[in-house]
Amino acid sequence: MSVPGPTAGTRLEGSVPGGVLSGSVVQRVRGAHLGMVPIVGALLVIWAVLGVVNPAFLSAENLVNLTLQSVPVGVIALGVVLVLLVGQIDLSVGSVSGLAAALLAVGTVNLGWPVWVAVLAALSVGVVVGLGYGVLSTRLGLPSFVFTLAGLLVLAGVQLVVLGPKGSINLPFESWFVRTVQQGFLPTPLAWVLVAAVVAAYAAVLAVDHVRRVRAGLRGPGTGTGRIAGRTAVLAAVLAAAVAYLGTARGVGYTVVLFVALVAVVDLLLRRTRWGRSVRAVGGDRRSALLAGVAVRRTVVSCFVACSTFAALGGVLAAGRLAAANQGTGAADTYLTAIAAAVIGGTSLFGGRGSAWSALLGVLVIQSIANGLTLLNLDAATRYIATGAVLLLAIVVDMLLRGRREI
Amino acid sequence: MTGVPDQPVLAVRGVSKSFGGVRALVDVDVDVHEHEVLAVVGDNGAGKSTLAGILAGAFRPDEGQLLLDGAPVALDSPKQAHALGIAAVFQDLALVDDLDVVENLFLGRETLQGPFLDEVSMEREAWTLLDQLAATVPSVRLPVQALSGGQRQVVAVARALLGEPRVIVLDEPTASLGVRQSAEVLNLIERLRERGHAVVLVSHQAGELQAVADRILVLRLGRVHGEFAGDASYEDLLAAMTGAVRPVRGEHDAVPRGARHAGGAGVVRR
Ligand SMILES: Nc1ncnc2c1ncn2[C@@H]1O[C@H](COP(=O)(O)OP(=O)(O)OP(=O)(O)O)[C@@H](O)[C@H]1O
Ligand SMILES: [Mg+2]
Repeated sequence: MSVPGPTAGTRLEGSVPGGVLSGSVVQRVRGAHLGMVPIVGALLVIWAVLGVVNPAFLSAENLVNLTLQSVPVGVIALGVVLVLLVGQIDLSVGSVSGLAAALLAVGTVNLGWPVWVAVLAALSVGVVVGLGYGVLSTRLGLPSFVFTLAGLLVLAGVQLVVLGPKGSINLPFESWFVRTVQQGFLPTPLAWVLVAAVVAAYAAVLAVDHVRRVRAGLRGPGTGTGRIAGRTAVLAAVLAAAVAYLGTARGVGYTVVLFVALVAVVDLLLRRTRWGRSVRAVGGDRRSALLAGVAVRRTVVSCFVACSTFAALGGVLAAGRLAAANQGTGAADTYLTAIAAAVIGGTSLFGGRGSAWSALLGVLVIQSIANGLTLLNLDAATRYIATGAVLLLAIVVDMLLRGRREI
Repeated sequence: MTGVPDQPVLAVRGVSKSFGGVRALVDVDVDVHEHEVLAVVGDNGAGKSTLAGILAGAFRPDEGQLLLDGAPVALDSPKQAHALGIAAVFQDLALVDDLDVVENLFLGRETLQGPFLDEVSMEREAWTLLDQLAATVPSVRLPVQALSGGQRQVVAVARALLGEPRVIVLDEPTASLGVRQSAEVLNLIERLRERGHAVVLVSHQAGELQAVADRILVLRLGRVHGEFAGDASYEDLLAAMTGAVRPVRGEHDAVPRGARHAGGAGVVRR
C-alpha cells in the first residue's frame, strides 16, 4: 500500500462536489460537535443573572462555597456519565454513596479503623455493587433501569442497618480526613505552579499531535498553530481566572482539585484509549460494536463498576464535608441531581454521546441555581422547579440533536 | 497466499440454520476458493445473509460444520473469524453512527501507541484505504451518520479490507451505490481476486454478478438451487432463483465448472 502524500487528504477534501457538503450535513455535524459551547454559555448566563439579582452570588467566598458544594455530587455525576455513555443507567448512585458514607463513619468512629482502611472499604462496596450490576446486565440481560431501582431500595436499607438505631454518626472534626475535605486548600504558590504545569502539558500534547499530523501529511481538526495557541490561551485564561479569583477568598479546595483531576483523567481515557472508544461504540450501537469485535460485556461491566465506585467516593467526600454520615446522606434527590447534572452537561440519555466534562459543567449549573436561590431566600420548592426546568431543557436539546441525526 | 492448491480455503458442509420456526438455511454445501469470486444469489429471504453471517462468525450453524483449510473450525464471533482471516461487510453495514470514519474503520482493532490510541497512523491508513476505493468521503473525522448511503458502504468495505483477510464476505456491497462507486467496488473485487483473496459476493441483482463472478451459487428458500459458471445467462439464474426450473439436487456437485450454464437451457421464463 502506498502512503498518501501530503496532498491526499487535501485533494479528497477539495474534490467533494459542493452538493455533498451542502447545508444539511454541515449543520448536522455542527450540531453534534458543538460540544460544551451551549452548556458553558448557559452557565455564564445563569451566573450573570444570579449576580445581577444578588451580587453576593459572585463574591469570591460564595464561589469557593459553590465549588466545594459541587464536589460530592459532581463525582457521582462523573460515574453516571460513564453508565449513560455505555447506554445504561444507574438509579442507585445515591444509595451507594449513602452506604459508603455510613461505612466510613462506622469504620472510623465505632470500629476504630484508620481512615484509609475505612475509605478503601467504602470504595470496595462500590466496586462490588458495580460488579453485581454488570453481571445482571451482561449475563442475565436485565434492563439496568429495573435492577438499579431495586439496588436503590436494597442499598438504602443496608445503609440504615449499618448506621444502626441512632441513624447518625458524627466524624471527629479534628480527624485529618475531615480537616482536609472541609478546610484543605491549595496553597497559592502551589496553585500557580499547577496551573503552569497543566497549561504547559496541554500545549505540549497539542504541539506533538500537530507535528505528527503534519509529518504524516494529514490535515483537519486539531491542527494549525493558531488553533493550538487559541486553545491553550483559553485553558490558561480559565484556570488563571479561577485560581486568582478564588484565591482572594479561601482558594481552591483539595477536593475540588481531586474532582477536576478525575474529570480530566476520565476524559483522557474516554477520548484516547481503546476502552473509551469501546464505551462510546457500545453505547452508540451495541450490535455493531459486537460485530466489530468490541468486548461488549467487559465494557459494560467496567462502566457499572466505575459508576458505583465514583458514587462511593462521592459519599465519602460528602461525609467528610458534613463531618457526619446519617440517614439523609445520599438520600432523597442525590441520584436525581447526579443524573440531571450529567444530562444537563450534555451527556445523552440514549448512549454513545457525551463527555466527562459534562459532569463538571452540569453540576456547576445545578449547584449555581441551588446556591443562588438559597442566597435569595427562596425555598426548596423554587429550587426544584428551576432545576427541573433546566433539566427539561437539556433533554429537549438532547432529543433534538438525536432526532436530527436519525432522520 | 497459503493453502494446498485446489483445496477450498473455507468450506461449508451440510449447514442448516433456523430462526424459530423459519428454516433460513437447509443442508447447504459451499466451497470458497482463493483466487476466486463466488457469487451467492437468491430472492429476498433466500438465506443469503444467513449464509454470510455463518461464514463471518455472526451466527453459529444448528447443524453441519465449517472447514478452514480442511480442518473443522467453530466460529464463535466475528472477531474470531477475523483473526482467522475471514472478514465481512454485513448487509446493514454494522457501523456505529456516532463514531467517525476512522473510529469505525478501526473499531475493535485500534492502533496503539503505548496505552493511547495512535490517531495519526490510523487516520493516515484510513485515507490510504479510502483512496484505493476512490471514495468521496468528505472527511474521515465526520460521524458516519453524516455520510451518504454510498459513502457509508464504502467505509464498511474499507473496514473489511483492513488487515488483508484471506476470505472477504460482502453482503450486497453495491446495494446503495451509484454507478461509479458500484463499478469501483466491482473493480476492487477483481483486484482482490487477483491478489489471491477468496471473495464471497452476495447479491440479489443477478445482472451485475456476471461481470465478476467465477461461480454463482443460487439459493432459494434456504436451499442451494444450482451452481452456475460465472458467464451463466441471466435467464438461467433468474429461473433458478425463482424456481421456474428445479435443477436436480446434487447436480451441481457433478457438473464440471464452466459447462454448467448449459444445464439451464430450455428454461421457460414465466
Ligand atoms: N435474526 C433473525 N431472526 C429471525 N429470523 C431471521 C433472522 N435472520 C434471518 N431470518 C429469516 O431467515 C430467512 C432468511 O433471511 P436472510 O436474511 O438470510 O435472507 P436474504 O437472502 O439475505 O434476504 P435479502 O435479500 O432480503 O437480504 C428469512 O425468512 C428471515 O425472515
Ligand atoms: Mg440479506
